[in-house]
Amino acid sequence: MSRTTSRTTEGAPASWEVFLRPRRGLAHQHVGSVRAGDPDTALSYARDLYTRRGEPLSLWVVRSDAVHAASPDEHDPFFAHARHKPYRYPEQFAPLTGDSDAEGSDDDA
Amino acid sequence: MPETGRTLAPPPADRAADTDRAADADLALLTLRLGDDALILGQRLCQWITRAPTIEEDLALSNIALDLVGHARALLARSGQLDGTGRSEDDLAFGRTDRAFRNALLTELPNGDFAVTVARQLAFTHYAVLLQQALADGTDRELAAFGARAAKETAFHRRHADLWTERLGLGTEESTRRMRAALEQVWPYTAELFDEDDLTDRLVAAGVLPPLAALRTAWQASVAAVLDRAGLTVPTPTWQGRGGRQGLHTEAFGPLIAEMQSVRRQFPGGTW
Repeated sequence: MSRTTSRTTEGAPASWEVFLRPRRGLAHQHVGSVRAGDPDTALSYARDLYTRRGEPLSLWVVRSDAVHAASPDEHDPFFAHARHKPYRYPEQFAPLTGDSDAEGSDDDA
Repeated sequence: MPETGRTLAPPPADRAADTDRAADADLALLTLRLGDDALILGQRLCQWITRAPTIEEDLALSNIALDLVGHARALLARSGQLDGTGRSEDDLAFGRTDRAFRNALLTELPNGDFAVTVARQLAFTHYAVLLQQALADGTDRELAAFGARAAKETAFHRRHADLWTERLGLGTEESTRRMRAALEQVWPYTAELFDEDDLTDRLVAAGVLPPLAALRTAWQASVAAVLDRAGLTVPTPTWQGRGGRQGLHTEAFGPLIAEMQSVRRQFPGGTW
């Protein structure tokens, strides 16, 4: 039975994105990618390439084609709005207990 | 020859010291054998560097080689202390001639195609993990510490060998054919790993080494499970290659150590 599953992995190796959690208190971070024919091998290669130093807590590999990314063509609709909306930043909010002396409290609804 | 150790007569009427010295000499020979296994296999694997199928595999093999050289350093340094000659690990690695090496022939076999390297790794890593785990439970404290540390690294080397054995065994017709041929080529050299002699008998009696017959049984079950998953069968060789433990090596051994020792020979005593 494992024969059939393994046979499907033959052919060109896939690309895998590597995520490493270096230590407690940190989230997994994207550190790079490897090419491998199956997830176990990808994990082995990721270990060899990205964990030789230090003793990380956890290692993930995810097929690169499973990552769905925002297109650079749509950069503006996706990302451009934050810069011109100062009310999104915390310094624009008036303290609840304060009075009229706080700055930028006028246009916050 | 390091085999004979010191030729100075021991101080008379000191039985306990004699016993210690004999035990030290035995441990010196054991660490020499195991250290040479690691050193020579590490050197062989280094020959894949820049020649492996992918850059990831290049790094995988060189990482394994690096771990093995680390094992060799620890073992050979200890051997040099115990045999009374005070030789360093460098003296032992780079200062001996071929007949003084005690590695099993398996570890010096040429890399062949990738399948031969995988078959050799499969046989060796399964043996090494079992041996190192047994050393960790043994009576010699330093070897026990070494075994516990090394077994973790070797378990990863074994994982690498298992993955490739399965992949080649279940891959294409060509990869299956090559893996079968590789196993046939490598398997005659596996028996030597479990050979018993006076030295191993004394070390087993002292509780340093596990009984080798039991180790072999465990090894057979361990590799058979992987070969079974890979759709391959355990070879039944009609002959066995041995001699490395006595310093009698294969034809491929001379060029291997000539290359390994060349820098030391060109620049004796050089440091950088």
